Amino acid sequence: MFLLNYTLYLADNALLLGHRNSEWCGHGPVLEQDIAITNISLDLIGQARNFYQYAALLKNDGSTEDTFAYTRDIREFKNCLLTELPNGDWGQTILRQFLFSNYQYLLYEQLQHGHDQQLAAIAAKALKEVTYHLRWSSEWVIRLGDGTEESHRRMEQAIAEIWSYTGELFIPASYELEANANGIAPDLKTLEVSWLQKVNEIFTAASLSAFAKATADKVYMHKGGKQGNHTEYMGYILAELQFMQRAYPGAEW
Amino acid sequence: MLHTTDIATQPVWTILENVMDPEVPVLSVLDLGIVRHVSVNGNEVEVVITPTYTGCPAMDTIKASIQMELLAAGYSPVSVKQVLSPAWTTDWMSEEGKRKLKEYGIAPPNPKQQVCHQHLFVVDEAVQCPHCQSWHTRRISEFGSTACKALYQCNDCKEPFDYFKCH
Ligand SMILES: [Zn+2]
Repeated sequence: MFLLNYTLYLADNALLLGHRNSEWCGHGPVLEQDIAITNISLDLIGQARNFYQYAALLKNDGSTEDTFAYTRDIREFKNCLLTELPNGDWGQTILRQFLFSNYQYLLYEQLQHGHDQQLAAIAAKALKEVTYHLRWSSEWVIRLGDGTEESHRRMEQAIAEIWSYTGELFIPASYELEANANGIAPDLKTLEVSWLQKVNEIFTAASLSAFAKATADKVYMHKGGKQGNHTEYMGYILAELQFMQRAYPGAEW
Repeated sequence: MLHTTDIATQPVWTILENVMDPEVPVLSVLDLGIVRHVSVNGNEVEVVITPTYTGCPAMDTIKASIQMELLAAGYSPVSVKQVLSPAWTTDWMSEEGKRKLKEYGIAPPNPKQQVCHQHLFVVDEAVQCPHCQSWHTRRISEFGSTACKALYQCNDCKEPFDYFKCH
């Protein structure tokens, strides 16, 4: 059971962030970056499909990748709150992508050597793409943070806006603890140290100070997504994502 | 390299030579290096493929094309199985495939060691313009029209072009 839940956790993170990023399609600040964010979206939804397909195999009750994505209710989704937050401005989207890609990179790096063969294969495959996401988003955090007065102000504002949603990434749910005990998933405490190091490195290069303030203040961290307790934004996402399958069950195109 | 051919599988490989990537129609699935294994048992065929990119939307079309071509050739049942490990790399693209790509106007992937690392703001990878052969080119974006390509422009002939990026 923990393996199914852990697989769904990985899938839901990828699906939700992929969906959020896809909202930029046709609205990006410049064409090349519109294409970049939607490419990242495609990679993430591809990852979600691989994880859901594996989850369907594990569950073995007729569930498919589609039923997981389109017919589960809000409380069954295990994604971190960070992935479901609204996009905000371009700076906030970039920042969220950096914070999450940094997490995903470190996570998959370990997962690919874990004891579950299929999760390891999906992670090894996706890691190549996540490397691009992390490099791209890191460069943009630096460019915007160290850019104009306005871009700098907006990046500081974005950190203030979403930093309190990052703590959850490293607070293990029961299925993560079990996956770790079984040699499948990494220990989140160790992961957090490397993650913070990278954040510090990039924020320093970007002349962003809000991070230092946020950690010094020990801001309150929101949590609950991993257990299915979501923000008020989640219902709206599912309404859009699931409408077709709910209105016309089994519809194909 | 990967193709263990024998009398029974040879005709299948020949058919696969003519199954094209829908997004880069000069490349066959063999040129791309995504066919990992073929087994034939009487009329029954199994083809094992691996995706280029996790989210590549062409995979479903490729799967269907392989199935159609083999069914049309009289094989039945035909199953196309997808595996993820080991992960696809541009190293598996055939030399013939690289040549065809360049002719088609897409710069073929450079040898692997040049990118695929995490360093920021690195100097653009040297990519040769497929139109005028100049090395004097620059990267516009590392994400292009499909997951497997980056956008470049030639500083000499000024033409923009796609680069099938190293993976
Ligand atoms: Zn040129």
